[in-house]
Amino acid sequence: MTEAAKPRRLNVWREVPILEIKDRTPFIKSFWLDVGRAFRHQSGQHVILRLTDPEGYAVMRSYSIASPPTTDGIIEVAIEQLVDGEVSTYFHEVAAVGDTIELRGPIGGHFVWTLEEPGASLLIAGGSGVVPMMAMVREHARENSKIPLGLLLSARSGPEAPFFEELMDLEASCDAFAFTATFTRARPARMRDHGRRVDKDMVAETIERIGGLPAWTFICGSNLFVNTATDSALAAGVLPETIRTERYGG
Amino acid sequence: MVTRGFIGKKTQGTDDPTNRVPPGQHLVENFPVLTAGPTPRIAHESWSFTLKIGPRVVKKWNWKEFNDLPMTKVVRDIHCVTSWSKLDTRWEGVMVDEILADAGIEPPTDFMLAHTFDGYSTNVPVADLVGGKSMVALKFGGEPLETDHGGPARLLVPHLYFWKSAKWINGLQFTNRDEAGFWELRGYHIYGDPWLEQRYTHD
Repeated sequence: MTEAAKPRRLNVWREVPILEIKDRTPFIKSFWLDVGRAFRHQSGQHVILRLTDPEGYAVMRSYSIASPPTTDGIIEVAIEQLVDGEVSTYFHEVAAVGDTIELRGPIGGHFVWTLEEPGASLLIAGGSGVVPMMAMVREHARENSKIPLGLLLSARSGPEAPFFEELMDLEASCDAFAFTATFTRARPARMRDHGRRVDKDMVAETIERIGGLPAWTFICGSNLFVNTATDSALAAGVLPETIRTERYGG
Repeated sequence: MVTRGFIGKKTQGTDDPTNRVPPGQHLVENFPVLTAGPTPRIAHESWSFTLKIGPRVVKKWNWKEFNDLPMTKVVRDIHCVTSWSKLDTRWEGVMVDEILADAGIEPPTDFMLAHTFDGYSTNVPVADLVGGKSMVALKFGGEPLETDHGGPARLLVPHLYFWKSAKWINGLQFTNRDEAGFWELRGYHIYGDPWLEQRYTHD
């Protein structure tokens, strides 16, 4: 039965040039890729990037798209350098503007936010876990959405919080977007921010800022972070079936 | 396409003398965790496993009854669609063959859906579940299966991509058709053979 179910393999890999590279934090860089004008994605989706060496040895990894849905054929992916990361180290230490990388995608039909969500959404990110949420927050701002959106971002410190300046600007310019940062190794930067790990009270406060329990809660980060943040959200009254998680490092 | 300046560490398929790592996979020593939602915590007292034919319940086991079924130990390689593979993982649990035998039935259809405590499902052909090919695993590495990895019990279908090995399983259901499960409805392959790289819908 599996033979009959097997469709013809498509050549799904495309070669895409790197247009621009920018440091986001000491360990996270953004890469702008020319994916072509036919590329369509939803906020929260990821792409797969593949590297091949001269002997034909190839490795692939998934990276979240930080840009909102676009028709201009350019997407931003942000890549965190991991210790001994075979692919991330290449991107941080070797890749340059003008290089061509193999890409397939977009991928993902679950960890996805759209303008048609039925109500408020709560986003909880640990470090680079904020990358797919940047697509959501940016789409929300660009489309001037009135659906409440709250982001709780946990990072070690301000310089290690990806997109921190941009998120503060977006909050200032968008009534329906609430942004709280918490730093685990530094003093809070603003009145409303915190200086501890994500907990129930912090999640409850963010829920209050978006006007009540969210229709969806998105949680992204390391497995440990996602477990802690999910427990905090559940303790704050979020319904388990409304939580979508994505864990990095898998 | 050769990537400029990339020298691989050679941890996967093309340089694998044992030919145990499928194309596009790399080996890991750790055991990554991937889950679509919150990790459900199920106490043994509230755990149960239900075997159904369509909507009809054939048999339901509680934790003790399920643990009284014959246990089997296997050592298998596992392959996650996100591209990591792990060799020689040790599992212990109840073969699907034993579950059917205890219920006293032969497979009435060609397809099954595995259901889980957190409301997810995945579809697997019966032929990939019986004949010693799969189990409901209760232990990993000789220890009770950790919650993060699907404990108290998960399906283990090691010859397919690992999302088919549903965590927190609470039942198997025979279906007339091959009905797409949770991930299969969200862009993942209906069958998921790692050796054919059947990762996504049109692979």
